[in-house]
Amino acid sequence: MSAPARLASTEAPSLGVFGRLARRRKRRDRMMTAVLLVAVILALVPIILILIEVIRRGIGAMNWEFLTSTQIFSQRREGGGYLNGLVGTLYMVTIATLVAVPLGVGSATYVVEYKDARLVPFIQFFTDVMTGVPSIFIGLYIYTLLVQGNIGLSVGFSTLAGGLALSLLMIPIVARSSEEVLRLVPDDLRNAAYGLGARRWQVVTQIVLPTARSGLITGSMLAIGRAAGETAPLLLTALGAFTVVPQLVNAPQSALPLIIYNEARGPFEAAHARAWAGALELMLLVLLVTIVARAIGRGTEIEQ
Amino acid sequence: MTAARDDDRPLARLPLSSARSSSADRWFRWLLAAAGASVLLILATMLISTSIDSWPVFQKEGFGFMTGTTWDPGTSRTEVTGEYGALSFIVGTLVTSGIALVIAVPLAIGTAMYLTHVASRRVKNPLTYAIELLAAVPSVVYGLWGLLFFVPVVLRPAMDLIAQTLGSFIPFLAGPVVTYNYFAAGVVLSIMILPIITAVTREVMAKTPDSEIQAAYGLGATRWEMLRFIVLPRARPGIIGATMLGLGRALGETIAVAMLIGGSKQIPDTIFLGGQSMAGIIAVTFQEAAPENVKALIGVGVVLFVITVFVNMVARAIVMLTGGRVTGDASI
Repeated sequence: MSAPARLASTEAPSLGVFGRLARRRKRRDRMMTAVLLVAVILALVPIILILIEVIRRGIGAMNWEFLTSTQIFSQRREGGGYLNGLVGTLYMVTIATLVAVPLGVGSATYVVEYKDARLVPFIQFFTDVMTGVPSIFIGLYIYTLLVQGNIGLSVGFSTLAGGLALSLLMIPIVARSSEEVLRLVPDDLRNAAYGLGARRWQVVTQIVLPTARSGLITGSMLAIGRAAGETAPLLLTALGAFTVVPQLVNAPQSALPLIIYNEARGPFEAAHARAWAGALELMLLVLLVTIVARAIGRGTEIEQ
Repeated sequence: MTAARDDDRPLARLPLSSARSSSADRWFRWLLAAAGASVLLILATMLISTSIDSWPVFQKEGFGFMTGTTWDPGTSRTEVTGEYGALSFIVGTLVTSGIALVIAVPLAIGTAMYLTHVASRRVKNPLTYAIELLAAVPSVVYGLWGLLFFVPVVLRPAMDLIAQTLGSFIPFLAGPVVTYNYFAAGVVLSIMILPIITAVTREVMAKTPDSEIQAAYGLGATRWEMLRFIVLPRARPGIIGATMLGLGRALGETIAVAMLIGGSKQIPDTIFLGGQSMAGIIAVTFQEAAPENVKALIGVGVVLFVITVFVNMVARAIVMLTGGRVTGDASI
């Protein structure tokens, strides 16, 4: 506190009250930097714990039988695998992709290439709204509309119902990411094509879309990754099955997340072990899609 | 420069264009418009189809559907015989989402500050990537991980500790502690919404003008003072928007919450007791529900839809006011 004491210290040369303030501010700066670092570390802990746990327990239960056989009926017993779930997931995601990518990319193309159309602001706004619709509600919607058949057409719990539910999840994701990519296509390219006498549809299909192709694929694959991991809507539309189901309609379909959910909820060790292996399988599937998507996106970014 | 032309006429009549390709232009435009309009159609039929199905339950329960606490499903095929009061599920959804925000928002702000203004270029990208990886983890994996590892092994001791210390004078933190409860679901939810809040916050913080940052340093500000008085105030509306987006995500999350919230139909007195969320009750009871119960569950879905869409619209509006739409992988 006293002046002589401060002068005697080996710290920075005294600047009186300002010096003390400066030191306090420095200390505070260091402290808050440390706090921020702690926040980052805390944010990183969960992903590390998840990866470690899924890999450790997943590999422990993963084997050839698990990958190549379908579910057994008893959760209590060991053995069997999630092949039916893997097939079902791939089947439904394929349907979802076939529906969502044309609609999503088409919608984005309309928003970007016909930006003065009166519908465009509404489409943009409601695409954003649609990204926030809870996935379980999409399941309820498909249930009322198609499983139960509110419009007079019923497909029952089925691959088609599950696939369409997933497609509704994907549409806004594909549309939003495609829109961002299409905006990056330089206008010079469009003008050059117009200058050569191309019509608008020719410019879009032969110049704009091919230029943006890698970005469009990236967005679509991110959506695929999201859809492959979804459980909630499938509970109400695909329902689940113990065998590989080739039918498109009127036969319940299985999916990896559905089986993981059902086996994790039960009290049985054998089922839990399978669920971890299933989680590893699902994560690898999703990560593979995500990594490929990013690689494609990074490889050919449009220069601005 | 307005390059994309606003009309459908070519600049000059070249041999390439014919009457046929002009009609092709029109067809093409209509096709794209139909794809765009499909979003509007889907959203409209979504609300209509589900509302029609749940109407008998809303009609019988009236406002009590949202204020009643007794959920006693009937088994009728045609009538509504049970009692449907969804308040405890609404509370479950709101409380778990609230807990998730209280944990995730400060973490996300700290992380975003670090990533945008502290981290060196070399560590910035791997860190960003690692946190965005959280968004790629399927929610059923969060549920499995929480159910069999994180909650019983990591969180349980922490919950016991909180209940013994803070719980002695804060009523809603008091014991007894059951393993799967509001708090457990809220903590795992916070992990799930962390990437979206971080991504949006990072984006608005990265937009801080360099001139203002340099001006602050020029006046002798430390880095923390620069963050606190320049970056944070500018990012505040963006952070609010990000928080709302995270809230929308948390409200709608189904499987992980259903697996961790405990499954009780009562409203618990403390956050260390079990309950149920709106999405959770749908997921857990739908497959065994009788027709009238299904109608009630669809009704719960409609209420959830209205709440989440409202929150999301407000969030997007706030973010839009502060410079553009929300972008990035984690945000969609």
